[in-house]
Amino acid sequence: MTAAAHPAPAPRGRGLGRALALGAFLAFASWGAALLPWAFDLPRAWRAPFAGWLNQFVKWLLNDASFGLFTFAELTRFVSALLDAPYRLVLALLSAGWPEMGLPPLSWIGVIGLAAVLGHRAGGWRLSLLVAACFGFIAALGRWESAMLTLASIVIAVPLGVAGGLALGILAHRAPWFARAIAPVLDLMQTIPVFAYLVPILILFGFGPVAAIVATLIYAMPPMVRVTLLALARVPTEIVDLGRMIGCSNRQMTWRVMIPAAKDALLLGANQVIMLSLNMVIIASMIGAGGLGFDVLAALRRLDFGAGLEAGFCIVALAVAMDRLSQGFARLDLAPRTGPTWLSRHPWLTAAVAILALSTLAGAIWPAAGAFPEAWRLSSGDFWSRVMQEINVTFFDTLEAVKTALLLNLMIPVKRFLIGLPWLGVAALLGFAGWRLGGPRLGALTAGLTVLIAFTGLWDQAMTTVYLCGVSVLFAMLIGVPIGVVAAERAWLWTGVKAAVDTLQTLPSFVYLMPAVMLFRVGDFTAMLAVVAYSVVPAIRYTVLGLHGVDPRLVEAGRAMGCAEGQILRRIKLKLALPEIMLGLNQTIMFALSMLVITALVGTRDLGQEVYIALTKANAGAGLVSGLCVAFIAIIADRLIQAGAARMRARLGLAGGGAHGA
Amino acid sequence: MSDPTGRAARLVCRNVWKLFGAGAKAWLAANGPAPSAAALTGAGYVGAIRGVDLEVREGEIFVIMGLSGSGKSTLVRCLSRLIEPTAGEILFDGRDLLAASEAEITQIRRHRMGMVFQHFALLPHMSVVENVAFPLEVQGVARGERMARAAKMVALVGLEGREGAYPRELSGGQQQRVGIARSLAADPELWFLDEPFSALDPLIRREMQDEFLRLQKMLHKTIVFITHDFDEAIRLADRIAVMKDGAIEQVGTPEDIVLSPATPYVEEFTRAVPRAKVARLRSLMRPAEGPAPARSLPETATVADAAPAFLDGAEEVAVTDAEGRTVGHLHRGAVVEIMLQG
Repeated sequence: MTAAAHPAPAPRGRGLGRALALGAFLAFASWGAALLPWAFDLPRAWRAPFAGWLNQFVKWLLNDASFGLFTFAELTRFVSALLDAPYRLVLALLSAGWPEMGLPPLSWIGVIGLAAVLGHRAGGWRLSLLVAACFGFIAALGRWESAMLTLASIVIAVPLGVAGGLALGILAHRAPWFARAIAPVLDLMQTIPVFAYLVPILILFGFGPVAAIVATLIYAMPPMVRVTLLALARVPTEIVDLGRMIGCSNRQMTWRVMIPAAKDALLLGANQVIMLSLNMVIIASMIGAGGLGFDVLAALRRLDFGAGLEAGFCIVALAVAMDRLSQGFARLDLAPRTGPTWLSRHPWLTAAVAILALSTLAGAIWPAAGAFPEAWRLSSGDFWSRVMQEINVTFFDTLEAVKTALLLNLMIPVKRFLIGLPWLGVAALLGFAGWRLGGPRLGALTAGLTVLIAFTGLWDQAMTTVYLCGVSVLFAMLIGVPIGVVAAERAWLWTGVKAAVDTLQTLPSFVYLMPAVMLFRVGDFTAMLAVVAYSVVPAIRYTVLGLHGVDPRLVEAGRAMGCAEGQILRRIKLKLALPEIMLGLNQTIMFALSMLVITALVGTRDLGQEVYIALTKANAGAGLVSGLCVAFIAIIADRLIQAGAARMRARLGLAGGGAHGA
Repeated sequence: MSDPTGRAARLVCRNVWKLFGAGAKAWLAANGPAPSAAALTGAGYVGAIRGVDLEVREGEIFVIMGLSGSGKSTLVRCLSRLIEPTAGEILFDGRDLLAASEAEITQIRRHRMGMVFQHFALLPHMSVVENVAFPLEVQGVARGERMARAAKMVALVGLEGREGAYPRELSGGQQQRVGIARSLAADPELWFLDEPFSALDPLIRREMQDEFLRLQKMLHKTIVFITHDFDEAIRLADRIAVMKDGAIEQVGTPEDIVLSPATPYVEEFTRAVPRAKVARLRSLMRPAEGPAPARSLPETATVADAAPAFLDGAEEVAVTDAEGRTVGHLHRGAVVEIMLQG
């Protein structure tokens, strides 16, 4: 991603400047090695030991940090205890039971029934059936225990995440200084890869479900804060004026006026928290969350694809059930029902209690109703393993040929080229691009972050990340944009594609690894496939969004002038949708980077691998430094593309162009 | 300013300014008291309200009329301090609102001011009666009492039977009736209406204007009514203030404004208004001479109201004051002349 790759026409002077900058950069990259060797390979002595400093800081936190009344270590122990008690309760209810008292957990029939009742409340019989089928599927595959373990973590993490995000959002809305203070933190939290903060959490909270819940909270809360801020800011000013006119106190204003008026957006935020929590609980199996994520991880380590895929399917079932349920409740009108009897006012509650009581009773009498019997289990694991074997035997040569051709002709040359670039030159070029697109501040930011990455001594790994991300994004765009273009033109196709894209987006990133690794084993190519599969969603979505957003009057004008459909598409629609597609590119890069770190599990050699190694060694400093490098790459790409899109919009005279107008 | 009707001024604005931009207060203090529009723009400020003086009197309907961007909505929000003015005085019964503490202004808003909004500002999660009761709930009025009072208000605006409905189930006109009922629930003395009927269809708008006049006849509130519709202003106002670019162009009765516009800008608005609908008999009559005519009409009637009296060929009608005394005669020729002016 260099400024020179910019396709849009520009005044001659700017084009010349761009060509000169690129020429100087290439010349320096080709012949500068002899002149300035340190600009290519930063001398070891210059590298800043950020990791060591961070480790010392963590050590200090654990051993010496004190808030006067209590130490930091006591605080983390207190938080652990606070989270542990409710977690144990939920876990006992769903999975473990109370063996010391001879009490069993809720039976599988009871939980499925409860889910079905919730589904009926939120969306009628259709949703009820879907949710019951999802949970039934998990039981039938024999993953009930794991799924309940995962569910228990989510049941604890989600309410805390929603409440915490809401509280911080309200605080930020009331106090602008607080909003300004947390904005950069939120930015960083969204770009820093999840593995990176697993490490310090592992060190501070130990290995186990509580650490996983803490990680989940940290991961899922920032979007809720953002959604809350946005939702409160979008409450119509007249409603705010009303609240002040009738003399609401601050508390009345927040709880009686603002929150109810922003309810719809807030509930969608809660849905997001649920899906992100699920994603993170799966990933956090690496620090002891257990459950379905651990099943996938264990299968990956054993290379037992059948079992891994099966666990993956169960994650998908859980994700779909939770997504549809929470969306159903978000759309629901929660007005109290009126009726003559208690039963007619609370039909669902009655049904739920009855189902739980009956199923527990049945479980006591008939063991199969208590715990899902082993004999009923449908194991599809072997089946999938055989299918894979079959595919590998039959298509091995073809698959191998595709993989080798891409690796040799595209991926390896790009990787060599990028790694061979001088860090100083890259910093200068990115700085130039930032300056041209968004002014001196942006230039200083991009150049500064690049230099910072170089000084961590992780330049080669960073360039490997850029290469993997770049190639993956290229493919994701090559696949996603045409699909988007085709789907945007045809309403019936878009309904289908939209449903597929929506479902894909709810799936935890872990799930994407399994099929790729089954077909192509470990390595860069496999990683790329998983990343492309994960990041193609925004490419499609934003393309359609952009094309649908084109002013229909302009299309009509084009048609009136006698443009052919192809001309309308190329000359009008795509031109006007370009800024939106650029934002799609931006999102695709963000998705790719977050997935890339997870593909460290299939043996890449990039920053993600550094984070993963740090995780296995419990080296918080190294993990954070590598994670921050990924975040810096994300921030550089994000700011440059945002600035470019804003300029383009301004040039097209579209709304939202603003300050960067040419 | 002396008041010919003898009614006391309840709400008085003295040289009120509202500038948008950082450091506006200090800049205005240094460059005041009345910087020109050019000086404001030069310093990078937006002058939303520029030196407004006005008086709203007990029980009158005071209409502030202006096009979008004229500052009328900002002005009405300054009157209740929803927006903090940059400079000036706003006196409510002689007390400067700008000097009141946050707690005091909250009490004033709760008990003495009511406001109706252009887009209704109903809370979507509350039923009609709950919306109307909400201002009382905020004040801490007990549930039974506030519900009873809210039900009375709902009935007053003609929505009996819809108490349990939710705002989304109502038409625009009905929603604004709820907004009106809510603004009256706490029995305010000052009633602000910010373009209350602008978002409604023309037919409904007219119906709501009649409803508004009916309510005012019963309630005698002191009203500040904002509109961009000159016809609406003429129809409802006791007095009108015409605003342009944050400053007041002219204040007067509808008749004053239509018959003697102070500036070319005001004249533009009056051009399409039929004179007969605003000109009142007291400004057209001549001293009573000769025999007393058979018919008489009140001096506050408009020429359009009086015209049917001449249909049977009468040459003159008597004009009477509020006590029924004849104060002058109106000649057929004067009526015809006004009617012909359009």
